[in-house]
Amino acid sequence: MGQIKLNQVTKSFGDVQVIPPLDLTIEDGEFTVFVGPSGCGKSTLLRLIAGLEDITSGHIDIDGSDATNVPPAKRGLAMVFQSYALYPHMSVRKNIAFPMKMAGVPEDEQKRRIDAAAKALNLTDYIDRKPGQLSGGQRQRVAIGRAIVREPSAFLFDEPLSNLDAALRVGMRLEISELHKRLATTMIYVTHDQVEAMTMADKIVVLRAGFIEQVGSPLELYHTPRNEFVAGFIGSPKMNLIKGTEAQKHGAATIGIRPEHTDVSKTEGMWKGRVGVAEHLGSDTFIHVHDTGLETGPDDLFTVRITGDIQAKHGDDIYLTPQLDKLHKFDAQGLRVD
Amino acid sequence: MATQHSRSAARIMMAPAVVLLLGWMLIPLIMTLIFSFKKYLPMRGGDLGWVGFENYVRFVSSSAFWPSVSATLIIVGGVLAITIVFGILLAILLNQPMWGQGVVRILVIAPFFVMPTVSALVWKNMFMDPTNGLFAHLWRFFGAEPVSWLSEASLPSIVLIVSWQWLPFATLILLTAIQSLDSEQLEAAEMDGAPPLKRFAFITLPHLSRAVTIVLLIQTIFLLAIFAEIFVTTGGAFGTRTLTYLIFQRVLESQNIGLGSAGGVYAIILANIVAIFLMRIVGKNLDA
Amino acid sequence: MARSVKTQRKIINTAAAWGIGLLIFFPILWTILTSFKTEATAIADPPVFLAFNWTMENYTAVLERSNYAKFLWNSIIIAGGSTILGIIIAVPAAWSMAFVPSRRTKDILLWMLSTKMLPAVGVLYPIYLICIKLGILDSRIALVIILMLMNLPIIVWMLYTYFREIPGEILEAARMDGASLKEEILYVLTPMAIPGIASTLLLNFILAWNEAFWTLNLTAANAAPLTAFIASYSSPEGLFFAKLSAASTMAIAPILILGWFSQKQLVSGLTFGAVK
Repeated sequence: MGQIKLNQVTKSFGDVQVIPPLDLTIEDGEFTVFVGPSGCGKSTLLRLIAGLEDITSGHIDIDGSDATNVPPAKRGLAMVFQSYALYPHMSVRKNIAFPMKMAGVPEDEQKRRIDAAAKALNLTDYIDRKPGQLSGGQRQRVAIGRAIVREPSAFLFDEPLSNLDAALRVGMRLEISELHKRLATTMIYVTHDQVEAMTMADKIVVLRAGFIEQVGSPLELYHTPRNEFVAGFIGSPKMNLIKGTEAQKHGAATIGIRPEHTDVSKTEGMWKGRVGVAEHLGSDTFIHVHDTGLETGPDDLFTVRITGDIQAKHGDDIYLTPQLDKLHKFDAQGLRVD
Repeated sequence: MATQHSRSAARIMMAPAVVLLLGWMLIPLIMTLIFSFKKYLPMRGGDLGWVGFENYVRFVSSSAFWPSVSATLIIVGGVLAITIVFGILLAILLNQPMWGQGVVRILVIAPFFVMPTVSALVWKNMFMDPTNGLFAHLWRFFGAEPVSWLSEASLPSIVLIVSWQWLPFATLILLTAIQSLDSEQLEAAEMDGAPPLKRFAFITLPHLSRAVTIVLLIQTIFLLAIFAEIFVTTGGAFGTRTLTYLIFQRVLESQNIGLGSAGGVYAIILANIVAIFLMRIVGKNLDA
Repeated sequence: MARSVKTQRKIINTAAAWGIGLLIFFPILWTILTSFKTEATAIADPPVFLAFNWTMENYTAVLERSNYAKFLWNSIIIAGGSTILGIIIAVPAAWSMAFVPSRRTKDILLWMLSTKMLPAVGVLYPIYLICIKLGILDSRIALVIILMLMNLPIIVWMLYTYFREIPGEILEAARMDGASLKEEILYVLTPMAIPGIASTLLLNFILAWNEAFWTLNLTAANAAPLTAFIASYSSPEGLFFAKLSAASTMAIAPILILGWFSQKQLVSGLTFGAVK
């Protein structure tokens, strides 16, 4: 079991309220990702659930019983920290054994669980090393191993991949996703990287300044962002947001069009612009277009994404045509209008 | 990172240290304050009642007071000047590439570990003794008349002994500060065309200013309180009676507790003035 | 060419540094050498450096004249006891300040340090009186307590600076893993802070060993440590250079060796972490 329910939870540090009243339910077995820019309160929210911080008001239920005043160790949750937080003076085996030692699990059961976790996480060869002798990816696995053996009702991940290099990050992302499929345990995962959110989550919670901007599946967020913030935050490259007369034509204060939903031509189209930088990735080409005459913001930048390669160089004229059925419309408050 | 639970635990765990230090500070301080307003002669009648500010006035107007202030200032000032100037030079030298750096550093630091009574005695007898001391041998070797250091040049002698004890401390801290100087800064200055002396004046010295201040303040606090060096060498004679020593004599030798306590209050005020500056600097560092 | 200039400079540096280093070390070296001379050689003019008949007679004489073992034992008990007691009281306090800081933490720390600035002589008589009232004048316990209180601010400070370098996440991980506060400090914090605790121990042991105000003023026959033992050579025995040297060597040797091992940690401790 692992259902977590937040009811009117708030958090203040002194006079500063970092989490305004917030309701959220995380269902058993769900992979939930908290995502948002730095300082949005996502890590604080995770630490409130963990019990590492007191909530200022409201209450937290875990599996239907009130856990608001339960100390962290008694909540049955396991946490993987950004810095891995391994005990540097203990071997990998002792690190993984520590929570079981604290809980008084019998020795032979400890050994069985350690061996199973080490095997699942490819740590068997390193089991007697100290954390200092391991690579970043291996440390990450030890931290996960230490969480697994507790057999928690939910896993909490606090930006666990942000200290890894790009290649490793993709690999660990897959491993964590597979772990979730195998264990089917509730996982709450905090990240500022929307790619991680999109690829891993069953449910994404987008946060800004402590407020929940939208909750939904990755594709719901992609296709029907509830407001301009979510629209701009989810998706890479970012959605182009256009204000002014062009938006009024569509009866909206702002219109949004994703880079991949724009057709490009060298000869004709709805809008004309000039190529600034063309990024050729092989599979895709990103073209950053200037001088479109559109109100795209202070950068005067419109990004398009084209599958495959296209010849375009700095200074070329280029014509853009949005796919009108993929247009997002927002009102003056930034809320979606359909 | 705190919950209500850990915060109350923290308070409980801090309590013993706080309570002990509070007692250690307040109880003797209050007693000293009370004594300082009394005529109190344990050997000659004991507590003879309140006398107001008489002790404070008497302590300052006694003929020994101003000489003791000037002796204190000369010792503190002299030692500070010597240890900081030589400390900087020595730190720069030790920071250069050389063979056996570790051994040299150990040699330089050694005096800091010698207990004050030992260093005072060794200097007093084996170096400064006018007949058999090493200096006397040296003077005679050059055909000069040996000097009776601790009576004829008492203050400079004490300054020398104390400087020898504290030079390691200054050097060690200044050396650490120099080593923390980003070598890229010096390289950038070199690329900008600054010659070595200018690099020292405009980059190294400003970088050291913080360490120098720390050495200055910490040493001042310890130097104001030097005791054993004078106790063992001159016993306060020949103009080496510092404020600390004067108070010590009033309390233990003449058994005039009231007078000594008033002197103690002066010393406490003096030390606090220095302490305030030190606290500011350390406090600033806490925020960083 | 650049290389030879560098080598040349290195030779000059080495010569200068060794010269100055030996000059500074000389009084200690001279004391140690003299302790192996006869009294006559010790005051010979011109002085003899190494070419003398090495003798142990001064050490035997010092050991016969006074109960060196008792002074040594007093020093060990007083310095060791005050340091260990201080650490036991300081570890929880430093944990609180480093990991559960509040708005007042900084003020408390600075206040603790400021108690260190009180000139001892200002409170000499009250302490003397308290010791008499409690019947602990000239006892080791009095000095253990007084030196512990004197060094407690430094111990708290040093531990605080070491603890602050330990990431709080590790302690939180322990808390998530089900460790109680006691287990967290015992199994996680203390083992991680061993180097810091060791150097705190060492430095404060040295400071207490060399302390020469309270040990001189509050002890007599019973509790006098090595500082007082040496002070008794003030005169006229001080004129016997060889014996004075032997006694001095015996008083400083233990600490000199300890100090050399801990020189690196000394800096961070003595500056309260203000110079990195």
